[in-house]
Amino acid sequence: METTTINRINQLFQNKKDVLSVYYTAGFPKLDNTLEIAQNLEKAGADIIEIGMPFSDPVADGPTIQESNKIALDNGMTIKLLFDQIKNIRESVSIPIILMGYINPVIQFGIENFCKSCEEVGVDGLILPDLPMAEYMAVYKEKFEAHGLKNVFLITPQTSESRIKEIDNNTDGFIYMVSNASTTGAKGDFSEEQLVYFDRIKQMSLGNPTLIGFGISNNSTYSQACEYSSGAIIGSAFIKFLGSEGTSEDSIKKFVKDIKG
Amino acid sequence: MRYSVDENGYYGQFGGAYIPEMLYPNVEELRENYLAIMNDSEFKSEFHKLLKDYVGRPTPLYYASRLSEHYGAKIYLKREDLCHTGAHKVNNTIGQIILAQKLGKKKIIAETGAGQHGVATATVCALMGMECIVYMGEIDMARQRPNVERMKILGAEVIPAKSGSKTLKDATNEAMRHWISHPVDTHYIIGSVVGPHPYPDMVARFQSVISDEMRKQLNEAEGTEFPHYVLACVGGGSNAAGAFYHYLDEEKVKLVAVEAAGKGVDSGESAATSYLGKPGVLHGSKTLLMQTEDGQVVEPYSISAGLDYPGIGPIHAHLFDTGRVKFENATDEEAMKAGVELSKLEGIIPAIESAHALAALKKLQFNSSDIVVVNLSGRGDKDLETYIKWGQY
Repeated sequence: METTTINRINQLFQNKKDVLSVYYTAGFPKLDNTLEIAQNLEKAGADIIEIGMPFSDPVADGPTIQESNKIALDNGMTIKLLFDQIKNIRESVSIPIILMGYINPVIQFGIENFCKSCEEVGVDGLILPDLPMAEYMAVYKEKFEAHGLKNVFLITPQTSESRIKEIDNNTDGFIYMVSNASTTGAKGDFSEEQLVYFDRIKQMSLGNPTLIGFGISNNSTYSQACEYSSGAIIGSAFIKFLGSEGTSEDSIKKFVKDIKG
Repeated sequence: MRYSVDENGYYGQFGGAYIPEMLYPNVEELRENYLAIMNDSEFKSEFHKLLKDYVGRPTPLYYASRLSEHYGAKIYLKREDLCHTGAHKVNNTIGQIILAQKLGKKKIIAETGAGQHGVATATVCALMGMECIVYMGEIDMARQRPNVERMKILGAEVIPAKSGSKTLKDATNEAMRHWISHPVDTHYIIGSVVGPHPYPDMVARFQSVISDEMRKQLNEAEGTEFPHYVLACVGGGSNAAGAFYHYLDEEKVKLVAVEAAGKGVDSGESAATSYLGKPGVLHGSKTLLMQTEDGQVVEPYSISAGLDYPGIGPIHAHLFDTGRVKFENATDEEAMKAGVELSKLEGIIPAIESAHALAALKKLQFNSSDIVVVNLSGRGDKDLETYIKWGQY
């Protein structure tokens, strides 16, 4: 079992700008692609890997990610299988790994068991969009921290300044800035209104780095996001790409190169 | 009250607000304001006036003499089927639309299973001149076509939910997604005692008019406010929450919730959540939930589109957990028979949802002096096709 004295997420943000975090759904497009995609993403130059734990009812996600969740579940993906698949991931992948998903499958797996498994395989952080902050503070924080796991909170254009500050005080990984009022996979370039929001958050000089997600689909949106934050998160565009172009090292390298420019 | 929601939105271990940050401001705005608005005298007078003049309340508490004779007890029917739009759902939509207006909202979204909540929402939106979008599972749209057309006539846009089981749970997912994408000017009228806090509490309060009237009407008819039994069907559980509400702390009143067993609780095609479910989180609250070992939500089944929901409201999960409410279930077959039985004995064709509550009459042992109230949550017009297809009448 690996023990980490310093979390890879904190380490990454100490000296890295323009961070690219890439999300994909475990078990998609094929059940056994999970490890291979992680390895190829690191080789291609991604900075963080977010592995999605598929859920039958992903309310915060748009159709692309929902469909990948369904395919992964039909393929037979479970949290237990995911941990088996990435058991030795730290032999070949060194960048931060985050697990992302909804709280119900985690509760059924058992929180303590889940945290322990995360630590054993070398997971650095968690994104659980439907885990409320109050619940996190009351029940989960201590358990996550005992296993070296950073909980990543989301903020949106509607999140009040006081709540953003509260979130900033309750985490020390990074903050996931949802770019717009939408589910994942929204399209097009950023609007003036979004840029004003990005700038507002930038001016708050938060203690945590921020990554902008939702609606990042090309080099233009990635570059704009990097002007206002520590980097960007890409999900739906990568899922679409995996569906059409496959999971090979060459194709994933091309995807990352196109985004990073 | 012992069974009320606590200040954090929980009923015992169930409830809460498990929502993505994108919904937090909306839900928080509602949580901060709903009680003050509901307790405001102007709101109360507008709400009660519309309940009286528009919905047709109080609904009768009807002594069903032939049904009583058949079962050997004094059976009353609380006639929510006589509400405008044909079911209890309108009690809640009237309340929520006034509330939405007080919050300055311009647009309304809703989800619907059988279409009763969708029709009730479309109706109040027409009444108030507000834009209305209703999400409905594609399969439900096919089996409840008259209600789809009603909503359209009333000016609502009905959007088919095509994901998952294409029924109520997926319509709820789609409505939540819509709300995420339109957070500022839109209010989501949830139709049952489900969803994140404060929805379960708010909807239960709006529906509590049912048991409030029951107490008064029973007192007039029997000289007591307290029946021996109150029976109600449960999908999400809003009519049951309303029928039980003012009796929850009266332990002498036996409360019976009837779930849809579909083709049998162990058949793999069922919606009997208290029997098949375990604690989990869906649609913003922790409750009893039908799910796989891995926490994936199981697609429920019932012949009644209003009852095939994989969870129940957190208040019901708590009432089940504490044993305050006895949970029964009825199969498709039992419910259909009970629906036809009521039609022939009393000249009332009930909604198939309500027929589940009636089916429980066969499963309980009554004394001849027992006073039993069955909450007849809706009427069967929308279900004629299903009755005809079933054919045994």
